[in-house]
Amino acid sequence: MLHEEEIDHLTTVLYDLYGYDFNHYARASLKRRVSRLMTIDRIPSFAELLHKVKTQPSYLPQVVQGLTVNVTEMFRDPSVFKTIRELVLPVLATHPFIRIWHAGCSTGEEVYSMAILLEEANLLHRSLLYATDLNPFVIEHIRNGIFPMSQMKNYSENYIQSGGKKDFSSYYTAKYNWAKFDERLTARIIVSTHNLVSDRSFNEFQVIFCRNVLIYFDKELQDRVLTLFDESIDQLGFLVLGSKENIRFTSIAGNYTPFSIKDKIWRKTS
Amino acid sequence: MAENKLNLLRVVVVGGSAGSLETVLALVTALPARMKDAIILVLHRKNDSESILGNLMSNKTALPVREVEDKDEIRPGVIYIAPPDYHLLIENEYTFSLDSSEKVHFSRPSIDVTFESVAEVFRERAIGVLLSGANADGASGLLKIKAAGGLTIVQDPLSAEVGYMPQQAVDLGAAVWVLNESALVSNLKELLSA
Ligand SMILES: C[S@@+](CC[C@H](N)C(=O)[O-])C[C@H]1O[C@@H](n2cnc3c(N)ncnc32)[C@H](O)[C@@H]1O
Repeated sequence: MLHEEEIDHLTTVLYDLYGYDFNHYARASLKRRVSRLMTIDRIPSFAELLHKVKTQPSYLPQVVQGLTVNVTEMFRDPSVFKTIRELVLPVLATHPFIRIWHAGCSTGEEVYSMAILLEEANLLHRSLLYATDLNPFVIEHIRNGIFPMSQMKNYSENYIQSGGKKDFSSYYTAKYNWAKFDERLTARIIVSTHNLVSDRSFNEFQVIFCRNVLIYFDKELQDRVLTLFDESIDQLGFLVLGSKENIRFTSIAGNYTPFSIKDKIWRKTS
Repeated sequence: MAENKLNLLRVVVVGGSAGSLETVLALVTALPARMKDAIILVLHRKNDSESILGNLMSNKTALPVREVEDKDEIRPGVIYIAPPDYHLLIENEYTFSLDSSEKVHFSRPSIDVTFESVAEVFRERAIGVLLSGANADGASGLLKIKAAGGLTIVQDPLSAEVGYMPQQAVDLGAAVWVLNESALVSNLKELLSA
């Protein structure tokens, strides 16, 4: 079992040597990630992990990958996308140009889901989707639009539950074990690394998605990141969080009105 | 708030899988109307059964029932349910946290993950209860609760609807008590009423 001081030690080293700040990550989860990394890479003791991190910069990508959780899927929580389809898109349609930010987008499944919704509402040609994550390795392949074929059955079911009426397979071509998504979708996606802890606001958006990222942060960091979002959302823009995340009791709560409580969508009203 | 923090006596964490629902309901029904302990339920279930479980519970008890959201406070006298598709962790004595990482024993929420986290934070103030199931989840986490000085109760595999899961815990030596459903419910009731 890892000790609190060991985690502190590791986060300090990661920050001092590489500028990655995991200090305000939720400890219970971070501890599990560190143990898991050690098991997977067969590192027998914490001292050895620390030594490796300090002396082998080439190991850093694996550490960042190991400490973060990248689990995601297309149309995750389909009812959220149904609400967006039915109630948010009509509002977006009134804008001449639509900018959307997916913060902590992992491998991009959420971004493609949104691109499909925009396409079906005939809004994609005047939209841009910014896909960002702190981990350069998860976002590397978003531009290729290639996802494992084995997931398509599940994604297709999610798509239908989100109110999709088309044949989901019309959005990709199957090649061996991979599904390559339509380049019309990819063309509207801008991919970049962005660290919510240390990087700043870079534009103004009508919608910000940040789902299942804040759960890995402690309350102080959640507050800071929500403030960053608040500075980046247009008046009357939308904030979409993960199904168990909330802005209640945070410093930005007063500026937002619940738009769909069950789907964790808020609207900026002041 | 500070008052509640001081008053949280123990944490009872209950893990159940196939065939455990009736026992869970019997247990919830028997809980005293006021408690200094918090109850945490980690049950394997389908993702879409969302609020049904909460509603079922609410009909059986006057205690508040809450499906946990990220960084919720842990308060005495509340029944907490692990939300579907997240692991439920204990951030510190006063706070939950959630994690959507890889499944453990094909399960998210995983009973092992919560048991282990409860063991680490609450140590001898933890009570772990493992019920019916067809999965190997929960046994190793229960052992950690026992090792940390907590009380562990396993439903008698012979009396459980599906004996596999509790049997794993018994085989691992994780059980302090092995009890059939009615003994399990009445013992816990007595323990929590004291
Ligand atoms: C569980 S995924 C969420 C993916 C998607 N939004 C969803 O809900 O399915 C969490 C992502 O947050 C990213 N992340 C963690 N810390 C971050 C930070 N400080 N800045 C930006 N992204 C971060 C991780 O790299 C990971 O890809």
